[in-house]
Amino acid sequence: MGMTIGEKILAMASGKEVVRPGEIITAKVDLCMSNDGTTHLNIDIFENQLHAEKVFDPEKVIFIVDHNVPSESAKTAQVHKKMRIFAQKHNIPFYEGTGVCHQIMIEDFIVPGQLVIAADSHTCSYGGLGAFGTGVGCTDFTSVMNTGEIWLMVPESLKFVIEGNFKPGVYARDLILKIIGDIGANGANYKIMEFGGSAVKNFTIDDRVVLCNMAVEAGAKSGLVEPDEIAIEYVESRGRKAKHLYKSDEDAVYENTYHYNLDELEPMIAIPHCVDDVVPVTQIGEVKIDQGFIGSCNNGRIEELRAAAQILQGKKINPYVKLLISPASKAVYLQALAEGLIDIFVECGAMVLNPNCSVCWGSCQGVIGEGETLISTGTRNFKGRAGHPNSSIYLASAATVAASALTGKITDPRGQVL
Amino acid sequence: MIKVMTGKAWKFGNDVDTDQIIPSQYLLLPNVEEMKQYTFEPLDKDFASTVCPGDIIVGGENFGSGSSREQAPLVLKALGISGVVAKSFARIFFRNAINIGLPVVICKEVYDSVEQQDTLEIDVQKGTIKNITKDKNFASTKLPAHVMDILEAGGLIDFLNQK
Repeated sequence: MGMTIGEKILAMASGKEVVRPGEIITAKVDLCMSNDGTTHLNIDIFENQLHAEKVFDPEKVIFIVDHNVPSESAKTAQVHKKMRIFAQKHNIPFYEGTGVCHQIMIEDFIVPGQLVIAADSHTCSYGGLGAFGTGVGCTDFTSVMNTGEIWLMVPESLKFVIEGNFKPGVYARDLILKIIGDIGANGANYKIMEFGGSAVKNFTIDDRVVLCNMAVEAGAKSGLVEPDEIAIEYVESRGRKAKHLYKSDEDAVYENTYHYNLDELEPMIAIPHCVDDVVPVTQIGEVKIDQGFIGSCNNGRIEELRAAAQILQGKKINPYVKLLISPASKAVYLQALAEGLIDIFVECGAMVLNPNCSVCWGSCQGVIGEGETLISTGTRNFKGRAGHPNSSIYLASAATVAASALTGKITDPRGQVL
Repeated sequence: MIKVMTGKAWKFGNDVDTDQIIPSQYLLLPNVEEMKQYTFEPLDKDFASTVCPGDIIVGGENFGSGSSREQAPLVLKALGISGVVAKSFARIFFRNAINIGLPVVICKEVYDSVEQQDTLEIDVQKGTIKNITKDKNFASTKLPAHVMDILEAGGLIDFLNQK
């Protein structure tokens, strides 16, 4: 009986030849990362409860300030200061305001074959590069930061076989919304979602990350794509080397296999207040919006910004709608500047924000008020996630958000893209 | 040994995400004591002021989905919640609860029998749940031995400090 990519990474990390679903292992982690959503608590646990003095390896513990940056209050500033002081004291990599944590990790640290633990649920994003990433809370993280180890239960794997080609105006974002709508918000609870098939082989790293990033919205422990030449080229162009290029065995066991054909896919949208309440944009009817948001660890990379710019170029957004755009990292921002995309956004009336979690986090920028409706490329549409408890969030692709910002109502982007 | 828990039930639905348990805008408050007054604010703004120590949360499927914020089980524990029983839990919430010593119990059957404020009795060690108000008994899923060890130690930090 063979093993999946995820099982192979966990076997390697725990020093075993073979692992099987259900087995509890103690694994060594390659990297761990924490952001300002919880790090102040991690530091308290580290210093006052564990009474630890050193992190397990200063090159493998990364702190990133990305959730409430720049700080919106004196209390938040204090949290950031606490992180900064700890990072300086322990001489660990520290980023503040230069991108959403997962995008920074993918650009600067992740390589195929790693096991990465981070104190954020969207850590599953790293599967886009063939690394096993999974999110944990403060206590698990702090223990990892101290010991470099974690106990894990080996999960079952689900396989998603993707064939065909995207039609114009349809994106990886629509695919992952469609999948979550089909299997449900706990359809992959505790499992690995492995994405493959002829279409995924041609996907860029950006698109692979879009799929893996939202695996947690179906409850998954991790999302994974088999690393190949595209992944190798991505990491080598950034001066890094793959750790291991694992492939799933022919006789690996999957709990279930799902098939999708991109030729049949159309723009999708998640309606309030659950990520798995997904319908085609064509079935949404007339829904007026107050705000659009393009950004987040799911959908704030260069390809999404290009898709939005194509629709917004030379046009003006609806005068009664706000459009907020936050490139996912400094590198994405600079690329967008170089390509003239930022000019297009500013000209059309959008507000371009610093790279950060922004509206998707719902606590720092672009918070919406009572009765307002947001259409977003963020990761979640939970009740109140973007502000007032009585507000509504729809999740769609950057193209759908851009098209909707022009008309002031939820709009199918097809027909507006070349 | 984990004590047998007895308390009044606070019943919630399916897919209660951690943003509902403690919204983002309160996560960067300096400590859990300051956060706990906002527990379940989007669903029931009076929850934090009316819940009693020992009370039990009853959830449907996928309790604690979404964000990995450990503040979610922490505010429940800080308010004196003795445990959470649900049809199923989201993975990260489940781990976080165990890691801070908040008992989490999986039981598909008890949910339908529970009305708000029923008195429940949960024995994690034995894997039993009793709805005292309705006089009905249920079995819960037993936790793996390793997970039980962490819970018995009072959470992961105490578990590690004892090693």
